[in-house]
This record gives sequence, C-alpha cells and structure tokens, in this order.
Amino acid sequence: MERIPILQMGEFLLVTIQVDMHDQLALTLQEDLTERISRISARGVLIDISALDMVDSFIGRMIASISGLSRILDAETMVVGMQPAVAITLVELGLTLPGVSTALNVERGMQVLRQRLERT
Amino acid sequence: MAALQGSTLDAINSNQEQLLEQWIASLEANGATRNLKEQVLKQETREFLQLLSEGLQSGSGNSLAGAGWDAVRRFLEKLSSTRAQLGHDSHQTVYFIFALKGPLFALLQAHYRDDPATLAEQLWLISELLDSMGMHTIRTYQASRETVIRRQQEELLELSTPVVKLWDGVLALPLIGTLDSQRSQTVMESLLQRIVDTGSEIAIIDITGVPTVDTLVAQHLLKTVTAIRLMGADCIISGIRPQIAQTIVHLGLDLGTLTTKANLSDALKLALTRVGGDLGQRV
Amino acid sequence: MNVRDSGSLPVRIEQDVVLARQLARKLAGECGMRLVDLTKLVTAVSELARNTVVYGGGGDMDWQILDNYGRTGLRLLFRDEGPGIPDINLALTDGWTSGGGLGLGLTGARRLVDEFELDTAPGQGTRVTITRWA
Repeated sequence: MERIPILQMGEFLLVTIQVDMHDQLALTLQEDLTERISRISARGVLIDISALDMVDSFIGRMIASISGLSRILDAETMVVGMQPAVAITLVELGLTLPGVSTALNVERGMQVLRQRLERT
Repeated sequence: MAALQGSTLDAINSNQEQLLEQWIASLEANGATRNLKEQVLKQETREFLQLLSEGLQSGSGNSLAGAGWDAVRRFLEKLSSTRAQLGHDSHQTVYFIFALKGPLFALLQAHYRDDPATLAEQLWLISELLDSMGMHTIRTYQASRETVIRRQQEELLELSTPVVKLWDGVLALPLIGTLDSQRSQTVMESLLQRIVDTGSEIAIIDITGVPTVDTLVAQHLLKTVTAIRLMGADCIISGIRPQIAQTIVHLGLDLGTLTTKANLSDALKLALTRVGGDLGQRV
Repeated sequence: MNVRDSGSLPVRIEQDVVLARQLARKLAGECGMRLVDLTKLVTAVSELARNTVVYGGGGDMDWQILDNYGRTGLRLLFRDEGPGIPDINLALTDGWTSGGGLGLGLTGARRLVDEFELDTAPGQGTRVTITRWA
C-alpha cells in the first residue's frame, strides 16, 4: 500500500508531504504517525508541506488531528513551509487551524522545537 | 444577394486622387487629424484606399470576416491602437472611416447617375461594409484602451504596496491612502510572497496613513494576519486609529491573537526583541 | 459569452478527487489564472468532488472554458444522482455537516469562487456549478 515516509531524527519525526494526497493516504499517515510517536516516545513532529500546492478541509482536518493527538502523546507538532497561496485559500475557506504551531521552514521549525524542549 | 459590382470598384480606382482629397478635407473639418502630421495622414488614407480596393477585388463579399479583408482588419487594428496612444477619443478614431462615406457616396452617385436601382443597391452595400469597418475599429480601440487602463492599474497597485526590509527577519509594509478590497488583496499577496522570499519571521503592517477602514478591509487585514501565522511568521499591526479600532471591535472579531502597537517604532522595538528569541507561533 | 472548450470527467471513487483537482489545475492554468486564484479554484474543486463521491454516491464533473469579451474563465458543474440535500439554507451554513466533515465543503467552496449555484432537492440528486474568472 502507498504510504508517506516518516523520518526519525533523534527524538523528532519528520514528514515531508510531496504527493497530491488522496483522502485514504492522509488517514494512513495520521495512523502511522500516531503509532510512531507513541513507539519511540517522540517529543516533536515536523510536517513539511512546502511542496503542497493545495490544502483542503480534509487535509486541514488531518493536520489539526495530528497536532491534537501528538499533544496528548506529549509531542509538539509543527507545520512548516505553507505556501502563501495555500495560506490565503485556507483562511478564505474558514480553516485557521487554531492550536497548530507553524514555522517558515524545517530548519526554523526544528530550532523552535528544541527551544521549547529545553524549557520543559 | 447582390454584390458590389466591378463597375463600383473601377469608379473608386479611377478617382482615387479626388476621393483622397475630399476625404482628408472631411477629416480635417471634423478635428479627426489632431496631432497627426499631414504626411502621415496622407500615407494612411492612401494605404487604406489601396487596401479597400484590393479587398473589393478579392471578391470576399461585403462581410468583413472574409479572408480577403484580412489586410484591412489588420490596418484598422493598428490604426486604433496608434490613435489610442495619441490620445484620440473613440469619435475621432472611428471618424477616419466614416469621413470616407461622403466623398465615396458622391462619387457613386455621379457614376450611377442613369441607374437609380443599382445606385441604391451599391450605396447600401458599401455603406454596410464601411459600418462594419467602423465597428471593428471601435472595438479594437476599446480593447487597446482597456489594456492601457489595466496596465496602469496594475502599475499603480504595485507602486502602492512597498514592502521594505527593516531588519534581518523583519519586514514592514507602510500603507498610505484608502484601502479598497482589491488593493488590500494585492497588498496581502505581495507581503506573503516577500515573507517567503526573504525568510522573514516578522511582518509589520503600519496603517497610520490609512484614513478609514471599512468592514471588508478590516476583515482583509485580519485574514492577512491569520495567513501570515499559518505560514509560520508573525504579524504586528501598528498605527491603528481609534475609529479603525472601533470598526474592528464592531466586527466582533477575536482580537486575542492580534498583536498591535501604537506606532511603527514601538512595533519595530517589539519585533527586534522577538527576532532571535523563540519565534515559533501558536496560531 | 462563448464556450471555447469543454469536457467531462467521471468522479466516482476517492482517487477521482485527485484527478479532478489535477484537471482543474491544468484548465485553470490554460485560462491564465493567477496562482492565488488557481489555488482557490482547485481547493473548491477538491471539496465539491469529495462531496460528489461521499454524499452523492459518485457523479461527473463537466467543465467549460468560457470567453466573455476577452475575459477567460473556468466553469465547472458537479452533478450526481444521489439523495440530494433537503435543506439548502442549512447546507450553506458554516459548520453544518451531514457526514463527519467540518461542514466547510459547500460554504467554503462558495467563498473560493466568483459564481456559485446549487440546484438540489431530496431524491433529485445535486448539481453545483462554480465559475472563476481569470
């Protein structure tokens, strides 16, 4: 079955979404990710969506769910690299992803996750 | 269906000089030669008459859509756009064609003196042909004017959205003048793009120079702030006037996530303390 | 107003939603749409195509490239023979959903396009027409 790869970097997980996702693929990613967070006791998750040229309500909901689920499992989720046109469209759609942390790119997202970890 | 006769064509061809003279006189009398050099006008009228004669000869009928009229159509398109650039109005432009009617009709009247039925028929056909040429001219004139207007609008919008880099990682957008819906949209898009291009963490939108903000524009501003957060940067709005604050509050929008400062320098101060600190944003 | 080109795409299963998005992206590009407008349109297509599959039990997406006195636009019709929507006003309210979604599909799609038309009745299927001008 088609799957989006999840990379492990120490206590962080990195997901780079590069394909035009259909709904089932998004749901599989959500399951895989929660399973991995729990298995390796990850402290942070970076979801890089810089290659995504569209985020609709379904993918938006998936992102919000992953963020909420990871928080329960004691990991912080960062969504990084959202394109301007995608951000404008999401806001227009009415999906503002409250509670989801964001950063400009993977490097910045990683930096922020580390800083937050140091504080706790 | 009756067609334009070879005899009509002959009449035009053998009286070219006379037609040209009367045509130019008519153009001058109606102010359609403004800013035009005599030499240019002579050349244009001569060329058109030549193309008209060729078009009639091609036997494409009197519908301007025919292939035989390609050259005439192209000539008229070029004419309309040069006239538009010279600042001629639509009337002056289209008069180039209509001014030919008088001399041409007079010529045909003399030519078909003894055959009123043919005269009426030929007059009608040539009149239809010239009218459709006039229509074509006006249509292309309009289109070229619209292109000019659209380009000017775009240039103006670009001029009015100067995104400047204040510091490493800090962008500022000082807005001046009235914001309408279209301008706020252009502003939003260019600011978001610059954030990506420069990798800036903080954007300051200064609206000191904006006299009023209506509901739609206030909503646009808040949408911009939200979109910037989704991208992973942060936004500070500075210089909000009391009336504008009232508009925003009246909208009943959640201001909990909106960072505001009284003026640009306070906003910059805040931005500088944040750059280098923890910049991850919770939307 | 002239129709410059037209066609149709079946929207039956979930994977067709991706195909519908890709086709809409290609067509919007041919219309010369700016990136932001194109993204909005493709997102609206994703929402509506998913509705067609999930709630309509499958259907079709008809497309037309329009030419309105030099202005180009893309018009898309999503049609299905499903159960239809009993209360249109309710369906066009933010947050209302008959399935497990966020309830942003129809209302969100409406905000993302220039023209939006919903034609449905219980047992009569659903037809949603959207247009976005370049």
